[in-house]
Amino acid sequence: MMLLNVDPSLIDWSRAQFALTAMYHWIFVPITLGILFIIAIMESIYVKTGDPEWKRITKFWMKLFGINFAIGVATGIILEFEFGTNWSNYSWFVGDIFGAPLAIEGIMAFFMESTFIAIMFFGWNKVGKKFHLASTWLTAIGANLSALWILVANGWMQFPAGMEFNPLTARNEMVNFWDVFLSPVAINKFVHTISSGYIVASLFVVGVSSWFLLRKRETLLAKRSIVIAAVFGLVASASILFTGHGSAVQVAQKQPMKLAAMEGLYKGGERAEFIGIGALTRDKKVNDGKDAFAFKFAFDGMLSYLIAFDKNHYVPGIEDLVNGVPERGILSAQERIDRGKLAINSLRNYKQALKNGDAELAAAELKVFEENYQHFGYGYLEKPEDIVPHVPLVFYSFHTMIFLGGLFILMFAAFLWFTMRNKIETLRWRKPLFWLGVLGIPLGFIASEAGWIVVEVGRQPWVVQDLMPVSAAVTRISSASVQITFWVFAVIFTALLIAEVSIMTRQIKIGPKKGE
Amino acid sequence: MKIFRKIFNFYYEGFRDMPKWGRMAWAIILLKGLIIFILVKFLFFPNYLKKNFETDEERGNYVFEQLTNTTDDYDATER
Repeated sequence: MMLLNVDPSLIDWSRAQFALTAMYHWIFVPITLGILFIIAIMESIYVKTGDPEWKRITKFWMKLFGINFAIGVATGIILEFEFGTNWSNYSWFVGDIFGAPLAIEGIMAFFMESTFIAIMFFGWNKVGKKFHLASTWLTAIGANLSALWILVANGWMQFPAGMEFNPLTARNEMVNFWDVFLSPVAINKFVHTISSGYIVASLFVVGVSSWFLLRKRETLLAKRSIVIAAVFGLVASASILFTGHGSAVQVAQKQPMKLAAMEGLYKGGERAEFIGIGALTRDKKVNDGKDAFAFKFAFDGMLSYLIAFDKNHYVPGIEDLVNGVPERGILSAQERIDRGKLAINSLRNYKQALKNGDAELAAAELKVFEENYQHFGYGYLEKPEDIVPHVPLVFYSFHTMIFLGGLFILMFAAFLWFTMRNKIETLRWRKPLFWLGVLGIPLGFIASEAGWIVVEVGRQPWVVQDLMPVSAAVTRISSASVQITFWVFAVIFTALLIAEVSIMTRQIKIGPKKGE
Repeated sequence: MKIFRKIFNFYYEGFRDMPKWGRMAWAIILLKGLIIFILVKFLFFPNYLKKNFETDEERGNYVFEQLTNTTDDYDATER
């Protein structure tokens, strides 16, 4: 049997290129999403109290936002170029479902952000205080709404809804915008992702403020900023806990393999355990009989409880999903591969029958295709184990994210508590606390990127869940050309990151202007 | 006309009075825009389907071929 004739290095380089671009892009985005709201809150206090120190604080963080925005803006557009060049089959296959949200995002980002950002920066002495404040809030809302459309598109890839596949054009067509927009996966993903951005931004503000406190400079600015950022960070943390749970429930229902990989769960069952800390067995393979963990500290039944509020809820493991569990209605991967191939063949035969004018055969082939379309993507896989993502990467990323998320809550609580009680500068162990605050900046990025690794690596091999694997999505171009652009981007993005860090640190060292 | 003049002056004065870091930020935006939209887009990232096919029908047929010419005639009952 002949499978997709694609150079494996082309798939790997195309993936690596997309991952590199997306991960670098995500360095700039979270600060923008979150710090705008922090700035808007600070400016609101300034407008309410009239205290010029709050204006000075607002303008200082606005400057840092401006640098981050300038360096990060348009880095995401490269992802759209890559769709057209490296993922043309995918781009065609998803059709207007991906195009519509991205077009709305482009228009909204351009009009809302560019208009109100100009007022934010240029309008201090030219428009009224309240008008300026409204512009700041609208910039924050606009930036977050831009993220909404991208995440709706991403949510559709994780859980395709609201579409119908057109067998004549090989394209998915949107039949219900609201099913796409209000998909529970998309909504959870949006709130969870922007909340993570708020936490990263809060950590950034706490970290920079900690540096000022270490240097005994700008202490009023630092303490006021810490209070705002810590409260904002705690609220965002509550949101991330809530939506994180919601995401896990959605993943359990729609992407059970991802959930199994997140927990290193090879053999599922009732009373599935949640791993607190664990190390996976090296070279563990599906069905090799080895224990999945070298060691673990686990909570019995907690995974079952977390996803269904029932300790006895059945959770399938990786091997269950590969081998199938007929009594639970879980088809084996081989069965789904067979049905997928049947769907691909019937699609081809359907079009051929139409060409030959054989309406009866065409109708029969179409029926077979429609019955098996939900397994369509499996037809491109070679063997059942191909449905398993890279388990260690997903498992460790997931647990790193959770551990750091817990640490951030403690950090925000500690900073808020000691600042509110006016003890932050006199604590005996203030220096380690401040250094932890500074360290929180890179840790925030690590947690946020780890979250994306869970989402994107965890759903492999799928570009569109169950319908299109990466091997079918990639454009058949030369692997060498993808390698070249990979390195071009690596250089461009690294240069941008160096520019970001150096300009940002220089401006932080300069601090706010005295008369600002 | 007055409103357009006001808008123009708003932006003109904003750019004119921009601090040093703002000028640097704009220099980065322009340089990056040049690299991304001219160099990267046109040299490395042509839209594959738009470049190689004239009509949507041709594009659809090409992707259809790509997606369906993957397996020999297949009969699941053979397994």
